[in-house]
Amino acid sequence: MSELTLMLIRFAYLAILWIFVLSAVSVVRSDMFGARVDSTPRAERKADKQARREAQSRSRSGRRPRGEPTYVAVVDGSNAGETVSLDEAPILVGRGADAAIRLDDDYVSTRHARIARSGEQWFIEDLGSTNGTYIGSHRLTQPTILQLGSTVRIGKTTLELRK
Amino acid sequence: MSATYASGPAPERSFVHRRRRGAELFLLLLALVVGIGAYAAVGLGVQGRVPADIVEYGGWLAGLCLACHVVVRLTAPYADPVLLPIVSALNGLGLAVIHRIDLGYAKSHVNIGPFAQNQLIWMTLGVLIFIGVLVGLRDHRRLQAFTYTSGLAGIVLLLLPLLPVVGTDINGARIWIHVGSLSFQPGEVAKVMLVLFFAGYLVLHRDALALAGRRFAGVDLPRGRDLGPILLMWLVSLAILVFQGDLGSSLLFFGLFLVMLYVATERPGWLVVGAAMFLAGAYCAYLFVGHVQVRVDAWLHPFAASSNAYQLVQGLYGMAWGGLVGRGLGQGDPTITPLGFSDFIMASVGEELGLTGVMAVLLLYGMITERALRTALVCRDAFGKLVAVGLGVVFALQVFVVVGGVTRLIPLTGLTTPFLSYGGSSLVANWAIIALLLRISDQARRPLPELAAPEDDATTVVQLR
Repeated sequence: MSELTLMLIRFAYLAILWIFVLSAVSVVRSDMFGARVDSTPRAERKADKQARREAQSRSRSGRRPRGEPTYVAVVDGSNAGETVSLDEAPILVGRGADAAIRLDDDYVSTRHARIARSGEQWFIEDLGSTNGTYIGSHRLTQPTILQLGSTVRIGKTTLELRK
Repeated sequence: MSATYASGPAPERSFVHRRRRGAELFLLLLALVVGIGAYAAVGLGVQGRVPADIVEYGGWLAGLCLACHVVVRLTAPYADPVLLPIVSALNGLGLAVIHRIDLGYAKSHVNIGPFAQNQLIWMTLGVLIFIGVLVGLRDHRRLQAFTYTSGLAGIVLLLLPLLPVVGTDINGARIWIHVGSLSFQPGEVAKVMLVLFFAGYLVLHRDALALAGRRFAGVDLPRGRDLGPILLMWLVSLAILVFQGDLGSSLLFFGLFLVMLYVATERPGWLVVGAAMFLAGAYCAYLFVGHVQVRVDAWLHPFAASSNAYQLVQGLYGMAWGGLVGRGLGQGDPTITPLGFSDFIMASVGEELGLTGVMAVLLLYGMITERALRTALVCRDAFGKLVAVGLGVVFALQVFVVVGGVTRLIPLTGLTTPFLSYGGSSLVANWAIIALLLRISDQARRPLPELAAPEDDATTVVQLR
């Protein structure tokens, strides 16, 4: 193996190393500046969906009241009957002292879930609770929209969004 | 904590990260070129021919990396695209350098090693654990439930080497356990456990730590019952310094503890107090612990006849001989430096790849840390933020301590260079750390769910009682 080849290999390898480093940097860069800002299409899609949903709910009118929800009610469980106004949003649900809806339920975590507003919609988000937050039989893994009349089960307690 | 909630999903709503899995694959292929190219260059440099087993070796490495990529694609599609390729490149480069030192030892008939084979087995194990974490852990917030469990596990792991039967004393530090023929450094796993414990504990108590308490001499002191558990953890991990003589780890844990406390409470005062405590502690250690005195003397006067700095000086000469562009892989003489394949692998890299190569490697480490902090910034829950910061800081500190030691910036303390140096426990733990970071970044970068209303029937009809 001649000196020259070895030198070429040496510089070629350093070049490869730096090409890798620089391409990683460029991916980081494009990741920083290239993230899409959510523009109209997505927003439109959302509006579309909203309109469709409203049309749907109108078609089955009577099944569910229309309009903005104003409070959360505890409909079932040891605290049944309590209500909390949505004006205090974001609302923390849990067994802890700082929770807006303080549930006396052994199956509820200290900071169990959070009800908050996003634009026109209300959603609920599980805060890593032990026993989970359920809508129907589905355990929440991500923030989920709440609608007027939808019920949320937390431990042995059921919450509902009401007008 | 209400502040973080207020800045919750709403403002980030319009910002959508792309998946970038294609970019990851591209970088991963380049990383394989870096790894396998180094192996080929080592063969050419030492033996004058491309190693005969390059196809098997390259195939195995490629198989491992692509398996990781496929698992990330399936289980964490929005995860950070840069972390996995960087880690693969570092691991591949490390394997090649270790192999090169094996060849060097074989040539000069030194009866140590070979290490590269073992390292490849450990890497395979590390990749399996990486896959296991990504597949088994779908939401990092589940880990918050194991706050105290992981704290306890961390302490137990740290104390294991002190037990009479399994623990063994190697090079003055009692940080190894032996079970049968297997040896393991539990401290490497303990650091992940401690990050999880600190994060879980601080998420719950950071408000109390930052706000409750009384003012004393211009400093707000937190209440004892808030600080107690974490102080206990910290004392226990510092006790390692005294009983195990492991300077590097105690420095690592101390820095980690301090940074996480600072990040959680947003109080720069912790850094001032911590730095003062560190300086005082380091000075006391210098005065009273002989082991530390030797290290500091070697750092201050490496060329003095009396100082015990043979290894450090050999490493420095090696790097100086390497110069700007290095001797070329296989052309240097890194076997002269003791432990040139583990603690001093940076000196070996500096000798054969020069300053140019060392800068590239350091940049890669910097990028891992940057991606971890970036993940923490984007992450939506406080626990994930703290875990990501903690893991990033562990990484950064470890590289700083070991590279700073080898280059004589700070006194030398024994720590492994993540992914590069020989050492199974470190490799496995670091692959697990990367898997955790990818899991958190997947959750963080995933666009907010469509917030689709659940099926009406499902919500109204199901009444479970």
